[in-house]
Amino acid sequence: MTRRPPILSILIALIGAAFFLVPLIATFNFSLRMKRGELSFAAYRSVFESDTFLSVLSFSAVASLMAIVLGILIVVPTAYWVRLRLPRMRPVIEFLSLMPLIIPPVVLVFGYVRIYGTSSILPLTMTQMGTNILLVIGYVVLSIPYMYRAIDNGMASIDIATLTEAAESLGASRLRTIAVVIFPNVQSAIVSGAFLTFSISMGEFVITSLLNRPAFGPYLVQMGQDFAYQPSALAIMAFVFTWVCMVLMELFATRKPGQRLLPWFVRRTVQKGKL
Amino acid sequence: MSFLTLTNINKSFGANTVVRDLDLTVNTGEFVSVLGPSGCGKTTVLRMIAGFETPSSGSIRVDGTDVTALPASRRKIGMVFQAYALFPNMSVRENVAFGLKIVGMSRAQIDARVSEMLDLISLGHLADRYPYQMSGGQQQRVALARALAPRPNLLLLDEPLSALDAQIRTSLRDDIRRIQQELGITTIFVTHDQEEALSISDRVVVMHKGRADQIGSPAQIYNHPSTGFVANFVGKLNTFDAMASGTDSVAVAGQNIAGLRSTAMPPGTPITVALRPEALSLARRPGDDLSLPGRVLTSSFLGSVIRAQIEIAGQSVSVDMFNRSDAVLPVVGEQTEVWFARHDVLILREVSP
Ligand SMILES: Nc1ncnc2c1ncn2[C@@H]1O[C@H](COP(=O)(O)OP(=O)(O)OP(=O)(O)O)[C@@H](O)[C@H]1O
Ligand SMILES: [Mg+2]
Repeated sequence: MTRRPPILSILIALIGAAFFLVPLIATFNFSLRMKRGELSFAAYRSVFESDTFLSVLSFSAVASLMAIVLGILIVVPTAYWVRLRLPRMRPVIEFLSLMPLIIPPVVLVFGYVRIYGTSSILPLTMTQMGTNILLVIGYVVLSIPYMYRAIDNGMASIDIATLTEAAESLGASRLRTIAVVIFPNVQSAIVSGAFLTFSISMGEFVITSLLNRPAFGPYLVQMGQDFAYQPSALAIMAFVFTWVCMVLMELFATRKPGQRLLPWFVRRTVQKGKL
Repeated sequence: MSFLTLTNINKSFGANTVVRDLDLTVNTGEFVSVLGPSGCGKTTVLRMIAGFETPSSGSIRVDGTDVTALPASRRKIGMVFQAYALFPNMSVRENVAFGLKIVGMSRAQIDARVSEMLDLISLGHLADRYPYQMSGGQQQRVALARALAPRPNLLLLDEPLSALDAQIRTSLRDDIRRIQQELGITTIFVTHDQEEALSISDRVVVMHKGRADQIGSPAQIYNHPSTGFVANFVGKLNTFDAMASGTDSVAVAGQNIAGLRSTAMPPGTPITVALRPEALSLARRPGDDLSLPGRVLTSSFLGSVIRAQIEIAGQSVSVDMFNRSDAVLPVVGEQTEVWFARHDVLILREVSP
């Protein structure tokens, strides 16, 4: 007896896929039609030729990288300490880490502006640098729910308590233990957290535009208002960028120690040893 | 010469007292096992010696120095865990070198020491493997090498063999003992397996509900258990309810047996006497001077041993006899005499649970 192919399931899957693919294809198609009567990458070229594009892109990239570094420095020791010494506080910390999803960014940024405004003790918004710092902090806050979750899950997958004790019995200080033992073992979790932070920060609009920073998010919105074809090209590029991020995340997450990033380059595979 | 001294150690977690009044001295180069059932506080004792827990009261001295308040990272101990706890991101070589880098040895010294250690555990050929590429037994050997590499004062092992299968368990057990003797390192070994403890230790500490019930050589522990708990936990035991009938005699199964080790009980006190299965025999052996009548309930042939259950005074008793070519299997239902020697009778301080 041969099994009937599950026609209904396939049909549903196709309809689902169409929901994503049709707009994507349409947008891509549209982005190629800047020159009348032919398909070309003219819209893309025009995007790349714009000086503003490159400057906002690099501004956002730098701000995002800073946010990643700051986020890692805050979240890794916190998650480590909570798991090691305050396991009963974990639900509380987890709830706190979700706050940025509950509080709208608008509220957050108005809070910042009030606290760090002209008449405050720490008038960060008075200088360019100060505002940039505030922006990075904002990005960190927005990405904490994702960063914390990724890293906390990473720590769940190794026995950090025993590894810490093993390192300590060999004479390692706390800081050294975090740096040489814990950090490398949650590296893949950190990298996925970092990619999430990067994609959130790159496209962030509310905080960025209210702090009036020359970044990618506001630029994208501005383009959408002023032009027809370039925004589609930007959308497609953003989409490709996100997918590249996802693939890299996956590669990092599944990598074993001692392997290269791309496993299919490894020539000699090591067999699991027998005693 | 005592190298490690625990003095009157107590440890409580909240209202739960886990270790009580523990005194222990361990000599230089000695191998001491801490044996006891799950939850009796073995790991807690080890963790206090390592510095991962602080005693609620009492003191710990290593080589004449009080280390009670010293953090684990400054105690120079080597620790081996049940779950191996190798650093997953490091190769075998890097794992073993970890402690050496911390004390700031030069590259050349580190390389030399690492290969020396890997030779000791015969895993030199796997130096570049990662933990996930190795079997449990191999990982535990590496963990041993990693713990020993910085030449620690003490080696502490917390049930290092429990996660391994039977065959590897015995071979690694013998390796641990051999390496320990080669290096002459003072070692504390925690286990709940009596065979493990008896086979490799110089002395055994039997723990029960947070107390050290008995501390002694494997032979002392087995042949002269001081409490009913020790007797029952270490090896198989037949116990009889009996009555003290004099300072060195008891009434058991309708007979009066005199000439025993002192019971130190007034006549009429109920006590427990015990006999190991291998101290009993259905045929009289040289030295056997006492016997009790019984009836064969079951008998089974186990290769090197013939094991029979005999009913004596309404109680079922195990008898183990060496199998020899002239041995006859006891016949079920037959009346028989069970022989034993006076000096094999154990008198237990407390009535066994
Ligand atoms: N950090 C802790 N907090 C509270 N109670 C603890 C803690 N560590 C151990 N205990 C308790 O102390 C008792 C002894 O624990 P311990 O781990 O020393 O036992 P063990 O003899 O090693 O047992 P096992 O053979 O199961 O490993 C247990 O009842 C345990 O619940
Ligand atoms: Mg234990």
